[in-house]
Amino acid sequence: MTEVSVAKEDMAATGELVVLKSVNKHFGALHVLQDIDLTIARGEVVVVIGPSGSGKSTLCRAINRLETIDSGAIAIDGKPLPAEGKALAKLRADVGMVFQSFNLFAHKTVLENVMLGQIKVRKADKKKAEEKARSLLDRVGVGNQADKYPAQLSGGQQQRVAIARALAMDPKVMLFDEPTSALDPEMINEVLEVMQQLARDGMTMIVVTHEMGFARSAANRVVFMADGKIVEEAVPDQFFSNPRSDRAKDFLSKILHH
Amino acid sequence: MFDFLSDYNNPTLLGAFWMTVKLTVISGLGSLIWGTLLAAMRVSPVPLMRGFGTAYVNIVRNIPLTVIIIFTSLGLADVFGVTMGASDFQVRGFRLAILGLVAYTAAFVCEAIRSGINTVPLGQAEAARAIGLTFSQTLRLIILPQAFRAVIGPLANVLIALTKNTTVAAAIGVAEAAYLMKGMIEKEAQVLLIGAVFAFGFVVLTLPTGLLLGWLSKRLAVKR
Repeated sequence: MTEVSVAKEDMAATGELVVLKSVNKHFGALHVLQDIDLTIARGEVVVVIGPSGSGKSTLCRAINRLETIDSGAIAIDGKPLPAEGKALAKLRADVGMVFQSFNLFAHKTVLENVMLGQIKVRKADKKKAEEKARSLLDRVGVGNQADKYPAQLSGGQQQRVAIARALAMDPKVMLFDEPTSALDPEMINEVLEVMQQLARDGMTMIVVTHEMGFARSAANRVVFMADGKIVEEAVPDQFFSNPRSDRAKDFLSKILHH
Repeated sequence: MFDFLSDYNNPTLLGAFWMTVKLTVISGLGSLIWGTLLAAMRVSPVPLMRGFGTAYVNIVRNIPLTVIIIFTSLGLADVFGVTMGASDFQVRGFRLAILGLVAYTAAFVCEAIRSGINTVPLGQAEAARAIGLTFSQTLRLIILPQAFRAVIGPLANVLIALTKNTTVAAAIGVAEAAYLMKGMIEKEAQVLLIGAVFAFGFVVLTLPTGLLLGWLSKRLAVKR
């Protein structure tokens, strides 16, 4: 895993793909992001964990500006996030996003869901877009569902389509906002397997999740958040076996011993 | 018993209802387009457009249609000389009536569509923005198609109301059904019969509209 990221860093002009500098955000009186500094290198897989309400989803959504920030700076591939308009849309096309509630376009078929962005944003022609959509759907294992509507699919299948839809844009980085939290237990693995494959293929990923197994096996780095702050950052082995902060020890003791 | 009906030929009974249909269809399409644009303004991120949409809806829907229609003729045409390119009085009245009906009905179409927009989960717009669609693409490709399907029922109500509202055009001399009815009532003795004929005529127009759109609304409903 480390080799992959090192190799990628050599190719790129700079290894830093996503940079957050002293980012602050309030929801009313709640200071949900407090002086967040975080740098994600090209090809790196970062898993963000922490208790509910710790700000990890907000952090994830702020990276493609689905949430605005009050102060600080976020840059992707060296470019600061534009505030509004076409420039922002263009940047978002380079940042794949997978939501907890899938959010597939309910009035379009699975195939159309994966083709839409290619045609309307990347201006690809229809035939090429369809070819690419079908191959991506095959890659995530739902190729035979292409002509169905999202509501006809299981949660796990819908989430894999959502991943294909994001991949169709050839994103530089993929954001996952609790991608398995709305799934039935038996469907979680089929989604995690797709994500692990992506990680092995060298995709830069920021994953907010409660799946500690995924964090152990696929992450280069674990970021532990609590109360709007990044409390601890470490490689997974070190974080899970030997957490430094009391907050992380407390959190892990609550979720790991079952 | 119905002999008197054939005595009228300017307009004939069918001709008068055909005028009603023309008013309804053209105003219906016009108010669908203008109402959609108004709804887009009301959800747009530009404060000026939002303000315009809100002000328009709240002013126009609270003015009686009769006032609007008479204003188009006495105000727009006679005072300001807006005759919409027509020299003939009948044609002028027809076009002004459509203008008034569109202006009025669009306010209701706008509110129906806006309530439809509110039925589309926020996540749909977020997912659209996340793949790089612009605001207008998100609205056109993702939000409005789902919103429309959710409000076919309410839009059917608006269309039925519009069909009946076209009778107000009689006030500025458009020879549609209510105009003919008024003429008949003045000259004939069978007032109840005349009333029944025109009531039946409108039911014939609106009942299938309601049934068809009710069926469509079930068929096109977005499954979530």
